[in-house]
Amino acid sequence: MNKSMQSQALIKFYSYAFLLLFVLVFAVFSLLSDQFLDGQNLINIVRQASSIGIMAVGMTFVLLVAGIDLSVGSVMFLGACIAAKLMEHGWPVWSGFAVMLLTGLIIGFVNGYVSTRFRILAFVVTLATLYMGRGLGLMITETKETKLPEQFLKIGYTDFLGIPVPVWIFLVVLVTAHLILKHTPYGRQIYAVGNDPEGAKKAGLPVNRILISVYVICGLFAGIGGIVALTQLGTVAPKFGDQREFVVIAAAVLGGTSLFGGRGNVFPGTVLGAILILTIENGLVILNADPYIYPLVTAGVIFLAVFVDSMRNKQLEKLGRRIIRVEKETKAPAGDHPAR
Amino acid sequence: MSAILEYREISKRFFDVEVLKNVSFTLRQGTVLGLVGENGAGKSTLMNLLGGVFPYDSGEILLNGKKYAPRHPKEALGHQIAFIHQELNLFTNLSVMENLFLHDFPKAGIPGLPFISRSKMRRKAMEVLETVDLSVSPDMPVEKLSQGERQLVEIAKALNQNAKIIIFDEPTTSLTARETEKLFEIIERLKKSGISMIYISHILSDIYRLCDDLVVLRDGEVVARGASADIPVDRLIPLMVGRTMNQMFPTREHEIGEVVFEVKNLNQPGIVKDIRFQVRAGEVVGISGLMGSGRSELARILFGLDPYESGEIRLKGEKLERLSPRACIERGMAFLTENRREEGLLLDQSISENLALVNLPDLAKGWIKKISRAELKTKVEEIFGAFRIASHDPYRQTVRTLSGGNQQKVVIGKWVINEPTLFILDEPTRGIDVGAKYDVYSIINQLAKNGTAVIMISSELEELLGMCDRILVMHAGELTGEFDRASFDRENILRAALGEA
Repeated sequence: MNKSMQSQALIKFYSYAFLLLFVLVFAVFSLLSDQFLDGQNLINIVRQASSIGIMAVGMTFVLLVAGIDLSVGSVMFLGACIAAKLMEHGWPVWSGFAVMLLTGLIIGFVNGYVSTRFRILAFVVTLATLYMGRGLGLMITETKETKLPEQFLKIGYTDFLGIPVPVWIFLVVLVTAHLILKHTPYGRQIYAVGNDPEGAKKAGLPVNRILISVYVICGLFAGIGGIVALTQLGTVAPKFGDQREFVVIAAAVLGGTSLFGGRGNVFPGTVLGAILILTIENGLVILNADPYIYPLVTAGVIFLAVFVDSMRNKQLEKLGRRIIRVEKETKAPAGDHPAR
Repeated sequence: MSAILEYREISKRFFDVEVLKNVSFTLRQGTVLGLVGENGAGKSTLMNLLGGVFPYDSGEILLNGKKYAPRHPKEALGHQIAFIHQELNLFTNLSVMENLFLHDFPKAGIPGLPFISRSKMRRKAMEVLETVDLSVSPDMPVEKLSQGERQLVEIAKALNQNAKIIIFDEPTTSLTARETEKLFEIIERLKKSGISMIYISHILSDIYRLCDDLVVLRDGEVVARGASADIPVDRLIPLMVGRTMNQMFPTREHEIGEVVFEVKNLNQPGIVKDIRFQVRAGEVVGISGLMGSGRSELARILFGLDPYESGEIRLKGEKLERLSPRACIERGMAFLTENRREEGLLLDQSISENLALVNLPDLAKGWIKKISRAELKTKVEEIFGAFRIASHDPYRQTVRTLSGGNQQKVVIGKWVINEPTLFILDEPTRGIDVGAKYDVYSIINQLAKNGTAVIMISSELEELLGMCDRILVMHAGELTGEFDRASFDRENILRAALGEA
């Protein structure tokens, strides 16, 4: 019993390790720079985090069923390319948004359907759609930077009630996702599938439908993330969205979502994970650190997050190990409740 | 009391093997029916028919007087039959109440929005949990509950889905004495409220305590059924074993030498307790025991695959510390795992590559460790001939294309090429045909003749009786019996395996 209590405590520690890290990073940067804790800077961090955050929320759905989606960066790029081209030909801005969302939905469905129906590893399927999306996008734009209508930038830098619009969008996505995951039968079933897919099948849950749907959600959110990012950039560069998938996955994992499925949440987990990554970047910029250092620091943090995840999983496995015999209870007084 | 479930002349075959032969029995409403039989007697198959895992071939099952023939598990859902297996079907990351209501969450009733009402769910969950006497918070994640508490949650789930029949399959193996007691109280209570149950267990005292009726299965046939009071234990055990199989075993002509392997006071909490035994050179020692008795787990510990807490393992007098499979192989141990498809075979490599696998370090010569092809060839050919592996070209033919029996010979061969001091074989003849079985037996005898100490684990008692010099019996992770060839006796062995010795 003692050992299992120790395991329980360790699991708790690993599950909340990211909170400690978050506090630590904030403390370090605010000690090193007095600009860092400035209100405007903090809002800036959240605005910068909103695009990554939205995508990471979508990624959380996929990670919860022990899947992965590498195509999110390409989804936002391809959607943006198509939308930019159409708007160049005079289509209205709202149709540009619609096209980006639709692109996300379609690629998400392809990812989910192919990996579930043909039992191909999601890693491979989404790697394929990653290259496909990027290739198509480059073909459409002929590898040239495409300017977007003025309204785009306007949206990105408009405030509503003192808070930038991208942050509002982030909030809406976040609240919706949180409600779905925590308070609907569908959300709870996602957790069940992530915990034990075989068991979920036996229990009669619509496992395949759930698996496909999380990729669709992830694709859709990648589309929204793309829109939010464009409102801050104003143009679609050939490098737009490139390698974004890694930051997005890192944000989700940093927030305590397990790569092994069944564990994690969008709030506070993924949100803080996204903000944490952007905080580190922001802090390094303020400190005037060598730009070559950024990837190293980010890499260190990601490594730490994955390490903690795997340590936690080891403890969980230890707890769940099957036993054959029950050791005699040692002189526990009769009638008391078994220790927990 | 009326029959709620009735099996009539049910038969089922898998390919050529008849696993159930004209099985008939009835479950009366509000009673507990005990289902007993040895490994492979057909108990699980019988219950799988109810769960729609596969259909039955002939006969019929009546549920509430109506014909019941589910073709797949989905069809079996919603017939108010619940299964409670040894391995529970709970989602450990979800709370107790979420597990109870996973199919049918109480809704908050906001039009158009599918939100769950946690307060409603909590209230309902408390009611159900009370009927099984479980006083944990409905919000507690299942992973924080003990095994016994999880079992009660599983029962609560069954009741919540309005189950009228509950099937328990070895429910007490991982419960403490107190938890078991509680489970039994609840079973009594359920019985009074009119729920019918089928109880499968190897623990005969529990069976007699709980069950009103008994059905004894042997080799897929009902050999006795009736009120449990009419089938006393001393009649039950002979009924379970009385087999009349006549299998052929090759003649044995090995000599037994010195002690080469010795295990003293081996302990691993939750797995094995106080295991001690010796194996001599040229001796074939069998380990018998029912499913889940810890046979395979013990083998994994001995080969360094799983840890042990205390105890001593000696090979040729040398005490082995910090066991790992690699260290074991270097010292001349070999291990044939229970599942040859998952472990131990490179299916797309040739037979000779597979045979050479374990022995590669020894064949690598010189400072660049070049593998000596010539030596490899003689060794491979030696095994190939001795084992009668049916193949036209051991250097080209891939293992995937071999039959199960021949694959098994390749797996054994790759260990034998290393001339092991001790060979642990876990279920060496599972799933292979009679001819291949005979060959495997011959190989084992040949090994023993060459002085290898053999530990053979098997679910088929017949095979151990035919092959072994000594049989050790395990029950719940402990050794409960040891029999010399002269004192081999099916009933006594089964008694030890049941923990009734």
